[in-house]
Amino acid sequence: MSRYSAFSIFRNALSGQKNWQRAWRAAEPKPSYDVIVIGGGGHGLATAFYLAENHGIRNVAVLEKAYIGGGNVGRNTTVIRSNYLLDGNTQFYEFAMKLWEGMSRALNFNVMFSQRGQLVTAHSADQLDGFSHRANIMRLNGIDADILDRDEVRRLVPYLDFSDTARFPIHGAIFQGRAGTARHDAVAWGYARAADGHGVDIIQNCEVTGFLRDGDGIVGVETTKGRIGAAKVGLAVAGHTSVLGAKAGLELPIESHVLQAFVTEPLKPLVDQVVAYGADHFYVSQSDKGGLVFGGNLDGYNSYAQRGNLGVVREVAEAAIALMPCISRVRLLRHWGGVMDMTPDASPVICPTPIEGLYLNGGWCYGGFKATPASGWCFAHTIATGKPHPLIAAYGLERFRTGHTLDEAGAGPSAWLQ
Amino acid sequence: MLRIECPCCGLRDHDEFRYGGDASVTRPAHHDPDPEAWYRYVYIRTNQAGLHREFWQHVTGCRQWLVVERDTRNHAIASVSLARKLSARKSPARKSPA
Repeated sequence: MSRYSAFSIFRNALSGQKNWQRAWRAAEPKPSYDVIVIGGGGHGLATAFYLAENHGIRNVAVLEKAYIGGGNVGRNTTVIRSNYLLDGNTQFYEFAMKLWEGMSRALNFNVMFSQRGQLVTAHSADQLDGFSHRANIMRLNGIDADILDRDEVRRLVPYLDFSDTARFPIHGAIFQGRAGTARHDAVAWGYARAADGHGVDIIQNCEVTGFLRDGDGIVGVETTKGRIGAAKVGLAVAGHTSVLGAKAGLELPIESHVLQAFVTEPLKPLVDQVVAYGADHFYVSQSDKGGLVFGGNLDGYNSYAQRGNLGVVREVAEAAIALMPCISRVRLLRHWGGVMDMTPDASPVICPTPIEGLYLNGGWCYGGFKATPASGWCFAHTIATGKPHPLIAAYGLERFRTGHTLDEAGAGPSAWLQ
Repeated sequence: MLRIECPCCGLRDHDEFRYGGDASVTRPAHHDPDPEAWYRYVYIRTNQAGLHREFWQHVTGCRQWLVVERDTRNHAIASVSLARKLSARKSPARKSPA
């Protein structure tokens, strides 16, 4: 794999841009691998990369049923943050943030990570107290956090509704300056290219239809491109974890729900940070092309449809205008849906499974994108050593049985309320 | 857009309804001491990609709880029934207290 650099741009310019290498090979499956990762999304590709990079396991295949970047890694709203409250989440997401900060260099691929900061507005004194609690926990864990009062918020984001008629007046906000966004396609392509550079086979249009067994253990997969053996199989197919999990014999605390995302027509620069609305579920950032990228609540009933319904479009638009009246006449260009694995406590499941040879990475709810590098790092460690990485110790399946759930949203055991 | 044929009110937009979760899950008996049964009731879901039995309540209409069979891949609704009729059919006849 030739490295991208200023010099490579110059060299390829001289030959009319005709001699760029492909970013990753179009691999065909070998009869068997040390590790098969099912799912060519961000998490699956990152897992394959760190298996090779950190553990020297290079006889690895990533199987993707469609094409790289076509699933949730290309359907999210690209927000990256580590403003979590609960022990277990705090440390894990901050580890992810540190990996994001070095990702473009580590992958030799510009993922356009932009630390523009994220603020969440508070709409009552109590909510601001809650945010102060969160900010203190974050600071105790070495994570940057600031509490802003109403005037400070107004100086930073003057276009929010600060009028006397605002339904939920803004009291202040919690701000994380290192939060931001990244180009989500570039994350998938960067990991794919870097993993390929280590010899990982990335096999697209290869759907896993079943598992090969030896006794109770799993020794490979059946696919639309034939049978492939593997010493270990990692499942990273968020959205369809239940479907594939059932084929392997796993019973899971997961429901699939659609989450919609939206982008408006391009505007002049307006939203400099990621802004989240504390009175409803709405968050917005501005893309480099100028479109406002935003999202809100789940559609809220089980769905594998990868498309949403209009009721939620209206709800999100209402929240958007309640927070930012100035965008009421802006036109929506597109909206789309991604299928989320919703767990009953809004935290992921990433662990070895009771089935020999099978490892599970799923249940990311809304928040899978920001976790991508840490998820891959820890999942690779778990697959390579057979034991959970210390940072994901809290994300085991057994937590639902033992009562050690991490209910960050505090919404109880109904997955669609998380 | 989902449209649900309420047995009392007729065909209505799903915005009038509130989702109530998987209707195929059965609650253990009130005094069931088995933690495994409660764990499965609270957390384990088959999460079907296909026909899914689920509760909806017609909150801005007749307020009845319904059981809807819906294909989770394309939102096609196969059947709608009143939840209380189904549960009356399912539950055994009550014994009077001794």
